[in-house]
Amino acid sequence: MDRRKFIKTAGAAAAVSATGVSAPAIVTSAMAQSRAETLLIVSESGPNNLDIHGVGTNVPGYEVSWNCYDRLISHEMKTGENGAPYYDREKFKPELAEDMNVGANSVTFKLRKDATFHDGAPVTARDVKWSLDRAVSVGGFPTFQMKAGSLEKPEQFVVVDDHTVRIDFLRPDKLTIPDLAVIVPCVINSELVKKNATAQDPWGLEYTKQNTAGSGAYKVTKWTPGTEVVFERNEAWKCGKMPAIPRIIWRMVPSAGNRRALLERGDADISYDLPNKDFVELKSNPKLSIISTPYSNGVQYLGMNVKKPPFDNPKVRQAVAYALPYQKIMDAALYGLSKPLFGASAAATTQPSWPQAHKYNVDLAKARALLAEAGLADGFETTLSFDLGFAGVNEPVCVLIQESLAQIGIKTTINKVPGANWRTELNKKEMPLFTNVFSGWLDYPEYFFFWCYDGQNSVFNTMSYQNPEMDKLIASARSSAAAGNKAAYDKSVEGFVDLAYTDMPRIPLFQPYVNVAMQKNITGYQYWFHRRLDYRALVKA
Amino acid sequence: MLKILIGRILTTIPALIGVVVVSFLLTRVLPGDTAAYFAGPAATPQAIEEVRKKLGLDRPLPEQFASYVRDLSHGNLGQSLTTGQPVLSDIKARLPASAELTLFGLVLSLLIAVPLGIVAAVRQGSMIDHACRAIVTAGVSLPVFFTGLLLVYVFYFILQISPAPLGRLDVFASAPAEITGFYLLDSLLARDGATFRASFSQLLLPGVTLAIFALAPIARITRASMLSVLSMDFVRTARASGLSRRKVIMTYAFRNALLPVVTTLGMVFSFLLGANVLVEKVFAWPGIGSYAVEALIASDFAPVQGFVLAMAILYIVLNLLIDLSYRLIDPRMRASS
Repeated sequence: MDRRKFIKTAGAAAAVSATGVSAPAIVTSAMAQSRAETLLIVSESGPNNLDIHGVGTNVPGYEVSWNCYDRLISHEMKTGENGAPYYDREKFKPELAEDMNVGANSVTFKLRKDATFHDGAPVTARDVKWSLDRAVSVGGFPTFQMKAGSLEKPEQFVVVDDHTVRIDFLRPDKLTIPDLAVIVPCVINSELVKKNATAQDPWGLEYTKQNTAGSGAYKVTKWTPGTEVVFERNEAWKCGKMPAIPRIIWRMVPSAGNRRALLERGDADISYDLPNKDFVELKSNPKLSIISTPYSNGVQYLGMNVKKPPFDNPKVRQAVAYALPYQKIMDAALYGLSKPLFGASAAATTQPSWPQAHKYNVDLAKARALLAEAGLADGFETTLSFDLGFAGVNEPVCVLIQESLAQIGIKTTINKVPGANWRTELNKKEMPLFTNVFSGWLDYPEYFFFWCYDGQNSVFNTMSYQNPEMDKLIASARSSAAAGNKAAYDKSVEGFVDLAYTDMPRIPLFQPYVNVAMQKNITGYQYWFHRRLDYRALVKA
Repeated sequence: MLKILIGRILTTIPALIGVVVVSFLLTRVLPGDTAAYFAGPAATPQAIEEVRKKLGLDRPLPEQFASYVRDLSHGNLGQSLTTGQPVLSDIKARLPASAELTLFGLVLSLLIAVPLGIVAAVRQGSMIDHACRAIVTAGVSLPVFFTGLLLVYVFYFILQISPAPLGRLDVFASAPAEITGFYLLDSLLARDGATFRASFSQLLLPGVTLAIFALAPIARITRASMLSVLSMDFVRTARASGLSRRKVIMTYAFRNALLPVVTTLGMVFSFLLGANVLVEKVFAWPGIGSYAVEALIASDFAPVQGFVLAMAILYIVLNLLIDLSYRLIDPRMRASS
């Protein structure tokens, strides 16, 4: 082979690749039509199960359940602080139910008579009971979530007639009704699933893992795990206004850079898990709209193990709170995309709400004085742990904290815990200093405090904080909420917030944002407590 | 021939047993608690225990191993928790994607690297030789994820001539009827030109990324091996006998230089499968590499074990093929057995 021939072959190869490359430019009109009727969502990871009752269903799986199943009730929308639609915690709207009647010891739902499942079978009271029985019986996360609203036993769910269901209360609990509007108590086509159940799997979890068996506005028509989920609109949906978009394609694109490129080029319609830096830069892109909403009832915090010295001393914890670089974290780690939970003015009064800002500001002199009072004027050494699964935010936050604590003599070694290991480490409750996020679906201060500060020492009380006074305040908030005594409720909430900020077992750093980037022609994004997309409201112009 | 084949296959059995044991043990040694991970963020210790029991992770290791081997002998590789599917069907669905990409990248780099190596050897010290050295050095120094992102940035984002990096096919195109699992072949067999073009254009950028990475070893080995053969006596004799330049280089020299190139090819193929993991991530390619990495992050044992096993079998088959190809290339090998 001589040079001339070599060049010729190379030229031919180049010509072949050129024709291949230009091919996608030819878009048929049918394809353009389907593009207009299809919403393309890109995200890092996809569902591992289409049923929220499944064993180990991941968070993307919740999104499938929310859009493919109906619940008895749901929430109305209101306008959020950022001007975008935000679910209204106080106002419920019927979904599968057409009427809800709350009594002293029970609540009765009248079902819509025209609602049908995807296979055409009518939705009856028996399906509702079977589905709620399943939620409280399968164990794991769904059962835990039902318990949060005092929904614990199958006997609580009573079929009155074909279209009437009564739910008996175990005890007065303000969270029972809100808990019926979360994702878990979805209504499942019981006859269809029973047909596909086996002796080892009486609740048919294997079948619903792969198939959607609901009455919801969308159904999954194709699912390639780890690659894509395709949804088609349920044309017979009766439980709300018919959704505007006939088809949803949800593709998994692992590289954040490519998700951003797809958005900027206009190929993808929506993405919501990009690094904060990308969202900030995308805000200046006139072709995209970005909506940022703070997590409802969610806080990223710095936790301290109060069972072990030196963090068993409140003075040490307060010293740390005076030495954290709150503003730097906001600017350098979060690019401003979070709600500050610091810097309340000294004169501010505590509000009966959560999360709210504390009054600790960076004051190194005060921090040193507090450490000296605790007998640790020379400081000490400890480890600061974080979850590598969220390294994008956690790593810079921890480095900034490390740098700042060094100035008051606290030397920290950073311990990066792999995502798969993080929960195990948290459950051991041995890490002295760590950062973590907690957020509750039910947006009530006493709910947050019950899980995170109560002496029952749940998994989420990662600091092992136990204080009888705190328990008393949380209990009184719960009972006065159930009794509808607003004055007593407000007083208890203010009481436990004050106590949490005096004792400081965990220091709130910020309230994270859910960021969603979408094309300008996409409207109707709604913020929900579960922070996933509601396809039913989205419109593509 | 058949006897040799059977003999070779029998010798792979101990290797396979070793792979099964080691992959099982390694996944158990990994840090991370599968049950805690899959019980979700809101799990109580009881909920985690329930998940652990359901997954059979509460049983002692020997018992877990026995049931793993029992399942394996029935062709059951277990369930993936990250995708929720049986591992076997996941691998079946994803292996062709990886194989198509790897083979495409390999063929592409062969088409460039072998001629480049030959020309560089024949015209040692010329401009082409220097260009060859520069190209292969650049190719091997750039990490694949970087080349991949760079190519996406230039050809998709800036020049807009490449399709969106969304895996094997555009979102709105449908896959060809499955025969081999290779979209290029399947669409050709179905005589579906549009799908062929669509999947080819999706394959091009990731394929080029892999090819750039694989250029170096192939071109360098071709060059070195050609140089040594060209300086041998029989080449001089051939030249002296007045044979045409083409005949001397291609028929006499190149065929003799081919053995080391084929050996290298086997190695290159193996490490391309490794490099694949990153390329698959960048191009959202639904291959087996990204599957294994996702499972590893979630300490999801079954897919990792399945992946290691599938790769081991693949390497064994590959090595067998290479050994057999030696016999085709070099008659002396046939005679010696």
